Amino acid sequence: MTLLLAAVLACYTAGTLLPHFLRGRPTLQNYVAHGLACAAGLFGIALGAAGLAAPEPLTASITSTIPYLSFAIRLDPLAAFFVLTISLVGLAASIYALGYVTEFYGRVSLGALGSLFNGFLLSMTLVVMADNGFFFLIVWELMSLLSYFLVVTEHEKAEVRYAGFFYLIMTHVGTAFIILTFLIFFQNTGSFSFDVFRHPDTPLPQGLRTFAFIAALIGFGTKAGIVPLHVWLPYAHPAAPSHISALMSGVMIKTAIYALVRVYFDFLGGQFPWWWGFIILVVGAVSALLGVMYALMEHDLKSLLAFHSVENIGIILMGLGAGMIFQTYGLKEFAALGLLAGLYHTINHAVFKALLFLGAGSLLYATHTRNMEEYGGLLKRMPWTGFFFLVGAVSISALPPTNGFVSEWLVFQSLFLSFHIPSIFLKLMLPLAAAMLALTSVLALACFAKAFGISFLALPRSSHARHAGEVPGSMRVGMALLAVACVVLGVAPMVVVPLLDRIIAPLAGVSIADKVIALDGWALAPVNVEFSSLSSPALALLLATLSLLGLGLVAAFGGLAKARHSKTWGCGINLSPRMEYTATGFVQPIKRVFSTIYQPTVKLEQEFLEESKYFAKRQQFEFHIEPVFQKYLYDPVVDFFLAMAGRLRVIQAGSLHLYLTYIFVTLVVLLLIAM
Amino acid sequence: MMLHAVLLIVAQTIVLLAVSPFIVGLIRKVKARLQCRRGAGVFQPYADLAKLFRKQPVVSSTTSWIFTATPYILFASTLAAGLLVPVFVSQTPLNFAGNIIALVYLLALGTFFLILAGLDAGSAFGGMGSSREAIVASLTEPAMILSIFAIALTAGSTNLSTIVHKTALLEGIVTDPSPHLMAFAALFIVALAETGRVPVDNPATHLELTMIHEAMVLEYSGRYLALVEWAAGLKLLVFLTLIVNIFAPWGIATSLAPGALGLGLAVYLVKVSGLAVVIGVIESMFAKLRLFRVTDLLGVAFILALLALVFFYVLRG
Repeated sequence: MTLLLAAVLACYTAGTLLPHFLRGRPTLQNYVAHGLACAAGLFGIALGAAGLAAPEPLTASITSTIPYLSFAIRLDPLAAFFVLTISLVGLAASIYALGYVTEFYGRVSLGALGSLFNGFLLSMTLVVMADNGFFFLIVWELMSLLSYFLVVTEHEKAEVRYAGFFYLIMTHVGTAFIILTFLIFFQNTGSFSFDVFRHPDTPLPQGLRTFAFIAALIGFGTKAGIVPLHVWLPYAHPAAPSHISALMSGVMIKTAIYALVRVYFDFLGGQFPWWWGFIILVVGAVSALLGVMYALMEHDLKSLLAFHSVENIGIILMGLGAGMIFQTYGLKEFAALGLLAGLYHTINHAVFKALLFLGAGSLLYATHTRNMEEYGGLLKRMPWTGFFFLVGAVSISALPPTNGFVSEWLVFQSLFLSFHIPSIFLKLMLPLAAAMLALTSVLALACFAKAFGISFLALPRSSHARHAGEVPGSMRVGMALLAVACVVLGVAPMVVVPLLDRIIAPLAGVSIADKVIALDGWALAPVNVEFSSLSSPALALLLATLSLLGLGLVAAFGGLAKARHSKTWGCGINLSPRMEYTATGFVQPIKRVFSTIYQPTVKLEQEFLEESKYFAKRQQFEFHIEPVFQKYLYDPVVDFFLAMAGRLRVIQAGSLHLYLTYIFVTLVVLLLIAM
Repeated sequence: MMLHAVLLIVAQTIVLLAVSPFIVGLIRKVKARLQCRRGAGVFQPYADLAKLFRKQPVVSSTTSWIFTATPYILFASTLAAGLLVPVFVSQTPLNFAGNIIALVYLLALGTFFLILAGLDAGSAFGGMGSSREAIVASLTEPAMILSIFAIALTAGSTNLSTIVHKTALLEGIVTDPSPHLMAFAALFIVALAETGRVPVDNPATHLELTMIHEAMVLEYSGRYLALVEWAAGLKLLVFLTLIVNIFAPWGIATSLAPGALGLGLAVYLVKVSGLAVVIGVIESMFAKLRLFRVTDLLGVAFILALLALVFFYVLRG
């Protein structure tokens, strides 16, 4: 296992350094950087699997001369699970990148791109393995900065620079709160070691525990993209190259989920006040619903996917929140179930979201636009990409028998078990959250019916789409890998659940694998067979058999004569793409029904013929959705800081002597305070 | 044991497939009689299906494989959902395969592909139908989940067979039926919306202003249309079965004795026919609502389901 760990770190490090020595040879740089990342991904998958199976966590550390800092690594099942997730998505993204980055030859330095890519993966892997607060912050910051550089890969575009800047600010606000969280633990224990955080000599007083809970929620929540801290996602994720978006959306935001589980269940473990779990549940439900609602209104495919990350983080948090509530009332098995549902959805979302981002990248590669209204008819031109995107779309819409369905089903079950909670308020709130989850998942279905239907079906809507062709082999292999993972994670929950149980057992204090899995592994039945059961392999088999039955009935009743092909009836004129339903048109009813949330503003300019006001000569239609959070939450804060900065400008005279005086005065004041 | 299970699954498949066109025909007949028409016989839908199966389908050259695969997926997912519901025996062999959530999501799988198929031909009608179906489906789902959960609480299970079996044997029945009545009303509205009946959608219309389901399937013909129509009938029957067996399971076979099975089947046919007549009457009494008025109706269903839940907890103390 130590060897595997060394191999992973060595490959990523080599991948970070080597490309710089191959200046001027982009093809070689591409193969070296992404080849090494592939190797590291394979080793990482093995390492994660070994870590999940190992009876004892793997630890390693190098002490440093800096006080409180030690480069300590600990690979317990929780860390191993995230290493596995990161490596799996990393592997697919690296294979995909081999073909995808050819787009950037001559425009962007491949050395920088490949090196940053490896560094980014390395930093994420270290984040989940770090066992020292100081070390964690260093790799966390490294992860944020490297991803910032990757976001601004195409920095010649103004909107990319803006996206990067926005991301940089938000992530640092988050980091400030994370530092605060660790300082609370440090102040109590006098050490930055996670082991000491876990078993402090004196337990943290309740007030400080609450403080740590909130600081961690804001700090990690910013990275995870919970509402209202989600505003950076729809800017940053689309701006990055697509294989980077897949990593950011698929796994980087999951490191925040990792950290939340680590802090809440590991450091603050045991008892929570009931309202902690309730807050997590509410944050989750609101993020899920608003995430999907804003996604519906997006016609930039990558922004749409970014908003769906907000939604899915919300679903994960609903599972964790339910788990925390059950923990409060000592219902350990149900608490474990909530945690199980959340973590299962974590890996599922990583897989299908990365797949969808890679699919979006393929569309971008083939058409050079992200605007869905310019796609159309691509399934015939890009059959493989289309098929893989469809698998991702079905999974994210939580339709059986794919992986998204299984984990959402588990979240539903943990919310339904709420009738065991003594508090009547929570008894009502958890089913209400289940209703919100139901609404969320159907809206997601509508959103992906739109995304797939408008992009891949019917007639091409622009010359970009008309001239699109299938993407290179390596990109298809990258997507295929994740598509297979979507199906396997869906039909084989009996393999996944015992592995997840190994993570959860130490955190929730109870092992539930043998209670959740029933009928010799054929069905999931949390937590008893009487209450509910689900067998996704049986459903998959049933669907396949009944499809064949349909085919059989057709053959028996009328035969399978060849169909006649003809044009779609266009009311007497030839069908043109302009007659098709647009993405905007498709979601119009939803926009209207939920107008309280969207606050849409519509601008319609019309010019009529002189002869009659019933014949329009020219029409211009515009509609906007009120960016509520930006307008009412962020803009006032930004305005305040700008105003403050304006006032402070008077002390900035540009004179070196004056600045030296400032430094001297500050020093004296600090010394006085210290005395 | 295994043989029994397989036989029961086959029997249930046959019953569902055989009865669903009859229900469609019965509703049409009731509507015709209420409009003082003679109307076609109740077995007309069988003849329609047979005719459609024999006809050569015409497929738009704009479409992709999604369009031709959808009828099979829709048919399979709807029938799979039907096999999770107890029909004439309270304990279905496929009970282990999925609970009520699985049923809802299996139906959603069919809806998803039908929405895609509607967009595939490239005509504005299909897109319009798909777009409307998306909003109606979104609004019905929360009410459906909540109302079923309210019922599941009484039986202490989300597995349909367990709910029906316990209710049939009068176990765990609350003395006050008000939560059940509210949940029933909510689920009935949901069923009307999900199966595209008046006042949400009109299955008899081909007017672009009002179509939802019919607009999505406008481009289908021949065997594809036959499968889609059959699946629509099945979906209607699945909802009727769900309602009659959850709220009034009495008479359903609780054992595998031949007498009990025969009685169960007979009682089942009477019950779903009765509910079909009720739907026919409702369709004749009400006009179709404007699309944006449907929101209010489904909002009522949601509130009813929520109240059912509140009442359940309040009555239980």
